[in-house]
Amino acid sequence: MALMVVKFDLKKRVKLAQTVWFMYWFAVLAGILVLSLGLFFKIELRKRSELMDNNESHFLPNLLIAMGLIACATNAFGGKVCYDSLDPTKFAKWKPMLKTFLVLCVGFNALLVITALLCFVMRIPLQFTLAQGLKNGMKYYKDTDTPGRCYMKRTLDLMQIEFRCCGNDNYRDWFEIQWVSNRYLDFSAKEVKDRIGSNVDGQYLMDGVPFSCCNPSSPRPCIQYQMTNNSAHYSYDHYTEELNVWRRGCRDALLSYYGGIMNTIGALVLLVTMLEVSTAEMHISACHLQSYFK
Amino acid sequence: MVVMKMKFPFQKRVKLAQGLWLLSWCATVAGATTFTLGCLLKTELRRRAEVMDNTDIHIVPNTLMIVGLASLGINYFASKICQDALDAGRFPRWKDFLKPYFAVSCFFTVLMLLAVIMSYAMKGSLESSLKAGLRNGIRFYKDTDTPGRCFQKQNIDRLQMEFQCCGNTDFRDWFEVQWISNRYLDFSSKEVKDRIKSNVDGRYLVDGVPFSCCNPRSPRPCIQYRLTNNSAHYNYDYQTEELNIYLRGCREALVNYYMGLMNTIGAGVLSVFLLQASVLVSLRFLQTAMEAVAGKENTEIETEGYLLEKGVKETMMEYLNPVLTFLLLKNQVQEGEETTPGPATT
Repeated sequence: MALMVVKFDLKKRVKLAQTVWFMYWFAVLAGILVLSLGLFFKIELRKRSELMDNNESHFLPNLLIAMGLIACATNAFGGKVCYDSLDPTKFAKWKPMLKTFLVLCVGFNALLVITALLCFVMRIPLQFTLAQGLKNGMKYYKDTDTPGRCYMKRTLDLMQIEFRCCGNDNYRDWFEIQWVSNRYLDFSAKEVKDRIGSNVDGQYLMDGVPFSCCNPSSPRPCIQYQMTNNSAHYSYDHYTEELNVWRRGCRDALLSYYGGIMNTIGALVLLVTMLEVSTAEMHISACHLQSYFK
Repeated sequence: MVVMKMKFPFQKRVKLAQGLWLLSWCATVAGATTFTLGCLLKTELRRRAEVMDNTDIHIVPNTLMIVGLASLGINYFASKICQDALDAGRFPRWKDFLKPYFAVSCFFTVLMLLAVIMSYAMKGSLESSLKAGLRNGIRFYKDTDTPGRCFQKQNIDRLQMEFQCCGNTDFRDWFEVQWISNRYLDFSSKEVKDRIKSNVDGRYLVDGVPFSCCNPRSPRPCIQYRLTNNSAHYNYDYQTEELNIYLRGCREALVNYYMGLMNTIGAGVLSVFLLQASVLVSLRFLQTAMEAVAGKENTEIETEGYLLEKGVKETMMEYLNPVLTFLLLKNQVQEGEETTPGPATT
């Protein structure tokens, strides 16, 4: 029992084969799209690899790049086969390879679906990598004289300004670490000695944040130091003050940024998969009809 | 005296027409590009409109947009004319159209060149506009509660962070202005009262800058207040400190940005100008070569093409005379109306 039997004369077959050939070239472009998406994602991850402790997994962008290349190769080959199928002499040399080619196509499409699913799922390990990376980054904020970490301050400041965030979960993360280098602390001053004496590790902790946490939309000049002390500033209540510093944590900000990229890439890969499947199906029906009827 | 006479055998005419058709389509794309570049420049200028005092500089992108649109029309007609040029029966219908067409095309092509020259010439105007605009922006920085000025603080802060600059000429501009609103000053404290008394206008002046002047590349946490007081901060020398805040003024930063943008656009527009000019020159040669064929039985004879029938000065007078006569006539009619009294009313 045949599914969806349609009558085909030669002219119609030729037109159909041409359409499928065209679709294959469209699918090659889709493969190039997947490749470029993988490259883009890889570059974005590398741009902020410092904030992820250089520990981030490049598995997903590498997979996307590989799938893009395979897609281009497979579709170009499929297009050539379809083009040759109209000429019986040329088609004869492809005939033995046909079955393996179709099996490979099915496997490839299954792999594409898995890649798309991975794009949505890889958000979770990324969350943990970011949390750890940001925590360490903030620890090394003050080490602007240590080789290998001297750009952490700049990276963190620029990131907080760009993503409009402060700290890991929120701005209070800055209260728990020493982010002012010892080089700029006057150890003979009473205030410094008190702060260092007040905690076990001998760290200079304060209720202040770096300038990059400041929100430009605030109506008043930024209050970065003595943030929890209402009496230190005129007409200031730190419980109700919302516009002074960014309230969102950088982990949330970066996660939503990368999550958005991954969701978009996942959706596009799904569309490419549907295109591939429909192209392969039309290939079977259009280009090899005559071989089944010979 | 004919300008630039050239011989055109039949094959050369055919080749000229074909080349011109291709060239005119390239020039159409180039014209669309010019329009896009004009839109781009206008958008960039409008983005920073709140720190510009006047919109004189907008004449450059406006001119580019007009020229871009005009060149689309010019090149469309050029391609149509050269398509008809090889058909001796269809070419004569363009005869009357070509003289005003060339006049208008030359005008718009010269306008393209003028736009590029203007973009360099208006640097001074842009700079003075920015100077006044930034001065006002810094003055109204604290007025976050005044309608119409409440976004000045946000705009100036974002501008300083994006262009990595501080103040108008440099960061000391912030020392001369009260940039902290009175709403956040405790007038009962001695320090505030001292500062307000220390100057004629009763303003709260500080040797400090807003947080947006801070340079993230500095190795130490940002020092924004008491900048000139070395003893207020440990291990700090205000004279040698270079990385703490941005040393560049925002006026210089913005002028450099816009001049860079206009240089890039100007280079592109110059190449479009050359392309457009070559289209017009080729079309003129084709026209004059085909005019000699008109009326002859054998259309494949060799003809001569030239740029201008008379000398340059004579041709210009020929074109300008009707315009001048029209303007003078208009003036005479106006004068005539003024001298003759109106209908007498008794």
